[in-house]
Amino acid sequence: MFESLTHLQLQHYWWFIMSVVGSTLVFLLFVQGGQTLIGTLGKNEEERTMVINSIGRKWEFTFTTLVMFAAGMFASFPLFYATSFGGAYYAWKIFLVCFVLQAISFEFRRKQGNMLGQKTYEAFLYINGFLGVFLLGAVVATFFTGSEFYRSEYNLSYWQTTLYGIEILLNPLNLALGFALLFLARTLGALYIINNVDKDVIQQRARRQVGLNAVVFLVFFLYFVIRILLKDGFAYHPETLEVFMEPYKYLNNYLQMPVALILFLAGVVLVLYGVGITWFKESRKGIWFSGPGTFLTVLSLFFVLGFNNTCFYPSSYDLQSSLTIQNASSSHYTLTAMTYISLFVPVVAAYIFFTWRAIDKHKINDEDMKSGDHHIY
Amino acid sequence: MIENIDLALVNWSRGQFALVAMYHWLFIPLTLGMTYIIAFTQTIYVRTGDKEWERIAKFWAKLFGINFAIGVGTGIILGLEFGTNWANYSWISGDIFGAPLAAEGIMAFFLESTFIAVMFFGWGKVSKKFHLVSVYLVAFGASLSALWILVANAWMNYPVGMVFNPDTARHEMVDFWAILFSPYAINKFLHTITSGFVISSFFIVAVSGWYLLKGRNILLAKRSIVIAASFGLLSSLFLATTGDGSAYWVAQKQPAKLAAMEGLYEGEEGAGLVAIGLLRPGKQIGDGEKAFIFKIEIPKLLSVLGYRNPNAFVPGVDDLVLGNAGQDIMSAEEKITRGKVALNALADYKEAVALKDTAGAEAAHARFEENYFYMGYGHLFDPNGIIPNVPFIFYSFRIMVMLGFAFIALFLLILYLAVTDKLEENRWLLRTSILAFPLAFLASMAGWIVAEVGRQPWTIQGLLPTMMSTSNINANAVILTFWMFAALLTVLVLAEFKIMTTTIKRGPDNAKKGGENV
Repeated sequence: MFESLTHLQLQHYWWFIMSVVGSTLVFLLFVQGGQTLIGTLGKNEEERTMVINSIGRKWEFTFTTLVMFAAGMFASFPLFYATSFGGAYYAWKIFLVCFVLQAISFEFRRKQGNMLGQKTYEAFLYINGFLGVFLLGAVVATFFTGSEFYRSEYNLSYWQTTLYGIEILLNPLNLALGFALLFLARTLGALYIINNVDKDVIQQRARRQVGLNAVVFLVFFLYFVIRILLKDGFAYHPETLEVFMEPYKYLNNYLQMPVALILFLAGVVLVLYGVGITWFKESRKGIWFSGPGTFLTVLSLFFVLGFNNTCFYPSSYDLQSSLTIQNASSSHYTLTAMTYISLFVPVVAAYIFFTWRAIDKHKINDEDMKSGDHHIY
Repeated sequence: MIENIDLALVNWSRGQFALVAMYHWLFIPLTLGMTYIIAFTQTIYVRTGDKEWERIAKFWAKLFGINFAIGVGTGIILGLEFGTNWANYSWISGDIFGAPLAAEGIMAFFLESTFIAVMFFGWGKVSKKFHLVSVYLVAFGASLSALWILVANAWMNYPVGMVFNPDTARHEMVDFWAILFSPYAINKFLHTITSGFVISSFFIVAVSGWYLLKGRNILLAKRSIVIAASFGLLSSLFLATTGDGSAYWVAQKQPAKLAAMEGLYEGEEGAGLVAIGLLRPGKQIGDGEKAFIFKIEIPKLLSVLGYRNPNAFVPGVDDLVLGNAGQDIMSAEEKITRGKVALNALADYKEAVALKDTAGAEAAHARFEENYFYMGYGHLFDPNGIIPNVPFIFYSFRIMVMLGFAFIALFLLILYLAVTDKLEENRWLLRTSILAFPLAFLASMAGWIVAEVGRQPWTIQGLLPTMMSTSNINANAVILTFWMFAALLTVLVLAEFKIMTTTIKRGPDNAKKGGENV
């Protein structure tokens, strides 16, 4: 069935799939955003526990989606995996530490004999929520701004600075996306908690955080998007695969791919609508708009990054070393095999939806936290 | 392909991977096996309605949760480490190696993470049957996850289903099913997963044994021991069978690993299996000296296990390094020469393509294809380097096998005394069963040493040496992050250990009230 697709079609399909997974991941970062709000939303032990149990019951899903994104990129675009992870070494290693800390913190936090104390695990959750998300945003920004690497004729990559990823922090655009992602995650976290926790005082505090964080997010996000749309972008010739700088490349991509433009505008409107009804109308349903809005906006950014003959992992050191969906991908055979495996994705989405609905019928409330019969973080 | 080899970079990269992998393997066996044991106990609860079985299931699920979290945390480091520390490998084999990892993500990780939420938070919120099915799905998800990652690992030991594409300079998949159903992979999966079942069984037997020694939670302990010892006995018997399969496939595909496992220097027909032996220090390849100070050997058994023929020739270290014309075994030096021809042909091919010299490219390609099988050897300098560390592999193998057989006897005895209700009278056995838990880990780690150190000097057997597989970064970056992970993981593992022992000491009744320090 999929064997008849061309290599280029499969490469596009897989960039689409990775865009979907990546956009889902950004939405699910509400867990991390919520982790940075534990102390702000919970002023005593009971309240903090409610907040932690609200977001904590979803942490594994965000974590799994992150792993899925990494594994998917490995399988579909292995040259990206080798170049970015093996080059921006320190950035990814610190990122990893942040997520290792998260994995144990929910479970260990209130257990007797936890050695490090409850506050330490809450600090770990904060580190994951703050630094992990910021770094992810900063590294993803290099997909637009470029990194310093050289790719040999054997497709082995060599990073050209021994800062190995720390240099990412020297570019204001990278910092801007890092902070934008961080404040977006905090906004989404607050929106999720408003929806999921049945306690007025927490909802009121979260509502205030939605407004504050959304404003800061918008400042960073608009700065990043406007600069990206106005800058030269990394393009390549579809026949010769030669890489060149094209003025207004990303703006052109939006104009030449109206679907991406519509997704972007619809996404931004939905995010703002979700924030608006939470802030002005005291609605609890903001996450149902801002969440999908985030997904659509990020999806459109992935589209302009990888489609329309654009280098999705550019080299600012040597233009011709830049990675595209064509030169970084797996073989036709592997992408075909993987495409069959991707048929499982709707099945996975269906059972996640079904089980979440079953569990989330009951919101988090005071009684739930006192019940001794349940697994409580 | 790569001009300079930085041995510090190679060794620290290996060290970092080994460090994280060994920490990871402290938790994964329990994840693999405990889910099934919890599922069995919960099944009895759902069928009988006996509240004690519910209490048992919930208690082990509590301990499972503590263990699971840190297993996930250490797992993500390993997955990304292929990129951060083994970037060259990730490109050269990513076309094959990445697919099982992605399949693991789509098929297994989501299954685990979704239904584990039901397992933990679904009590009282979903029906008993749905909850039980969720526990089985978590167990199945964990096993499926193991399948994919072990398929990938098996491919590194026995590469099948691919060709080398000189244009992209990497191995590319041509037969997905050959990789998935490689007999090496199937056997590796079954052997490894059952080792996890055995460790999990010992964990439950050890905790329950401790309760019996203390005279606490008697019913929970007795019932748990019967379930765990039954599961452990069946698993350890199966482990021995798949162990035999492992030896067979190693003999077929990795003769150097087998020679190291047996300390066999001079190959022979009708080779015996060394049951116990002491290797002579200072033994050199091809020096004609005896390899052992003493040994007790079972005649012809190695030939039988490795080749299913009591008179089969089993090549030794000397044959593999120096060659053996009589047995049609090429010397390592000849393989290195041919490998260098392959690498030069690849370079010529690249040059000809760049110059658009079609005839030159075709000629170079033909030369490459002729010698492709030895390509990996072209990177090596020392013929002796094709043999892994013999004493390390030899003794590790014996530790694993001896403990494996001892475990069968131990499970049999525990089960017999549990069924006849004489366990509490035999306190020495309860103490032994507690000791057996760390010994089960020792056996399992020894098995991994045989598998992974025994594969050296290769990441992909015969095709890609470990020293060519690292990222092209400064060794200091790897050293720094090695210590960072060593410190972090040590602290977290100690914390996990403390929580685990505290929760066990408090027992199920406390755990039932939350077990938390509120």
